[in-house]
Amino acid sequence: MTPITLHVNGRTLRADSEDRTSLADHLREQLGLTGTHIGCEHGVCGACTVQLDGAPVRACITLAAACQGRALRTVEGFADDPLMAQLRAAFSAEHALQCGYCTPGMLITAHDIATRLPQADEELIRLELAGNLCRCTGYRGIVRAIQRVLAERLSLPTR
Amino acid sequence: MKAAPFAYDACDSTTQALALLQPRAGDADDALLLPCSGTQSLGPMLNLRLSRPARLVDLSRIPALNAVTRQGGRLRIGAAVTHARIEDGDAAGVPDVTRGLLPQVAAHIAYRAVRNRGTVGGSLAHGDPAGDWVSVMTLLDAQLLIAGPSGERRVASSGFYAGPYTTALQAGEILAAVEVPVFSDRARWAYRKLCRKPGELADAIAGLWFDPALGVARAVLGAPDGMPHTVSGEAAVQALRDPVAVGLQLDALHITDPVQRGWHQAMLRRAWLDIDTASP
Repeated sequence: MTPITLHVNGRTLRADSEDRTSLADHLREQLGLTGTHIGCEHGVCGACTVQLDGAPVRACITLAAACQGRALRTVEGFADDPLMAQLRAAFSAEHALQCGYCTPGMLITAHDIATRLPQADEELIRLELAGNLCRCTGYRGIVRAIQRVLAERLSLPTR
Repeated sequence: MKAAPFAYDACDSTTQALALLQPRAGDADDALLLPCSGTQSLGPMLNLRLSRPARLVDLSRIPALNAVTRQGGRLRIGAAVTHARIEDGDAAGVPDVTRGLLPQVAAHIAYRAVRNRGTVGGSLAHGDPAGDWVSVMTLLDAQLLIAGPSGERRVASSGFYAGPYTTALQAGEILAAVEVPVFSDRARWAYRKLCRKPGELADAIAGLWFDPALGVARAVLGAPDGMPHTVSGEAAVQALRDPVAVGLQLDALHITDPVQRGWHQAMLRRAWLDIDTASP
């Protein structure tokens, strides 16, 4: 067991972990942050997507030990984030979830799309979402929710 | 779906990494000591227990391996540079010297969440023939810089692969960087791949690169089952406009399945269309 210090959602959290432990398992089992979901455990489904130093990564194929000293943000860490509040409302309005299992990863990816590609059209949104699987919705609601947020943000007065 | 136990060490320098990759007293004779970086290929293999190393040596934080430097007609890209940095180009400190080829290829590797961790050196050292960098670096005849206990050595990409997942890297060595040529203003390129779903590994790859100022005409055909096949020289590459000539190359690649042959023909046809319709 190795002590691992992570800056998670603005707090510095120290917990022991085996070297082989994935970031996803460490977050869920050692730190009790079960908002990060584990699906395929080999980097295909995107359910475990979290932010590492501000950029989305797969928590199931990133070792917890490799994140020593770095900043993480899980879905629990966006309570005060205005963009995530917009996304949550849009996901609800557009029926962008049913069972909700993929939703934490979808929200982190949607946040990245809105931040990095604010002008994205439907085709680009679908391409960027290709790494997050949803077995309920058929993606239509998810794509519409992201489109809604991008449109809202583009129509805002210049900040 | 959990990795078997292994020990993990992160490194600050290449020297430290090379020392950690040496067998230690108490290691089993068959102990596998593996360098790693973003673990975007190795992570799934660990979780599926397809790979069971005794120890991982993480290179991703070594400053020298994250550096990008221009040296005359070549750009040296550190092995731990992520796909996302290459995608983002100048904004991420990776100048594009290939008239858009490397950023475009990078942008279509897997998904952004994978590109933020996965590295060019990891992909090349892993040597999955369906991976983009394997075909692209072969197309560009890139140079691979290998660091070992006795210093750095240089291997052309044509001599780096003995076969899928099999490279010139010896135990105790690491891939330090890849050097790509700086394209001239007259260079043209095309790169097409067939994926069943965006972000998946390719079923067929075709690349073309012409640079009259460098005297280069090259083509690459990439497939999941064998290492990329190159054709060089203006006449030989131009001959690949003829599907019959392409068929002979596919014979050399031992691609016999008519459906797979069709995929490769289609990718090369699209690559030629890109070359012929590209603005000069």
